[in-house]
Amino acid sequence: MKVVLTSSGESLDSPLDPRFGRAQKFILFDTDNNEHQVVDNSQNLNAAQGAGIQAAQNVSRLNAEYVITGHCGPKAFRTLQAAGIKVIVGVEGTVAEVIEKFKAGKLTPTEASDVEGHWI
Amino acid sequence: MIITIASGKGGTGKTTVATNLAVSISSSIDNTPVWVLDCDVEEPNCHLFLKPEIYTSEAVGVPVPKVDKEKCTACGKCGQFCEYSAIVALKTVPITFPELCHGCGGCSLICPEGAISETKRRVGMLEKGQSGDIGFVHGRLRVGEAMSPPLIRAVKKFVFKKGLTLIDAPPGTSCPVIEAIKGSDFVILVTEPTPFGLNDLTLAVDMVKQLNIPFGVLINRADIGDNRVSEYCQAEGIPILLQIPDNRKIAEAYSRGMMIVDVVPGLRETFMDLYFRIKKMCGQQHNEEA
Repeated sequence: MKVVLTSSGESLDSPLDPRFGRAQKFILFDTDNNEHQVVDNSQNLNAAQGAGIQAAQNVSRLNAEYVITGHCGPKAFRTLQAAGIKVIVGVEGTVAEVIEKFKAGKLTPTEASDVEGHWI
Repeated sequence: MIITIASGKGGTGKTTVATNLAVSISSSIDNTPVWVLDCDVEEPNCHLFLKPEIYTSEAVGVPVPKVDKEKCTACGKCGQFCEYSAIVALKTVPITFPELCHGCGGCSLICPEGAISETKRRVGMLEKGQSGDIGFVHGRLRVGEAMSPPLIRAVKKFVFKKGLTLIDAPPGTSCPVIEAIKGSDFVILVTEPTPFGLNDLTLAVDMVKQLNIPFGVLINRADIGDNRVSEYCQAEGIPILLQIPDNRKIAEAYSRGMMIVDVVPGLRETFMDLYFRIKKMCGQQHNEEA
């Protein structure tokens, strides 16, 4: 199963980036073979608006089943939901630590966005 | 002729200048019809001073996409086209975010199935009225709405080319301000002689220069703060059009919604003179029809 984690760096030791739309990097992790791939998000990092929506579109193209991040706003959440992707929020630690927690079944998907949207 | 009253910093006296200039000209020059367009649609306040009688009121909307689920084949072209993520195509029928839509209509043009039509999303109200001899139009942005340029454009449809149109712009230097200013013959940048006033004035000057519109600076509450605004204008060769002193009578009149030209002797003539000088700077003679 493929999961996308928001990361502040390119290695699995990097701390999870608390932001979804404007995350530094995405790490696409495959729990079937423990392989991972770093996906750049700099385009959305500097977007004037709609970063969360664009990021959600990009994630949907990666065929991930889960997004694991710190926070997710309403527009990004709605887009991820439409793409059938489950969202886990409120997570902290390094990417590697979070993956272990996820594999151990300690993380549960959220039913709604956990932060307010930006003004536009 | 179109004169826009703008400022970098808010609260410097744009509305005071716009409304008092309008009243001074309309009461003294017979052959110049005056219109005031309040384009500060987020918080319009010219009406508090001009007290116009409003005779029409209409809703203003922006076109937003509506997707026909029967016709949509989920090809995704609409989502790829939209710069603002207002329409998003995943593997299914696209989802829309009307609050992000700038109303360009591109998604409906690009859809090969003709599945996208346009529907209106209300952004605010346009009100038109009359205050004595002054024609009055303003926009009231819907509370919570972030997109003001479409409403400002609707207000600006009432620019009256044959007479004098005074536009009260929003503060700042962003899109709504540029929407209000563009097409003007002259811009009055109102500032106060404080470090904040100076900082925001320099930003506003850069903006007006980019728009290539003649402009000058009006220093309000001229005897507070320091001399740096005057020094800046001199160094940059920017005309200082007028300096209004920091006068308690002006503050009292303003706070009661009164015209300051009614409480300060000679101020009406000062505003008239300002208007004639601006006309001259724009290459028009004041005895000609504007």
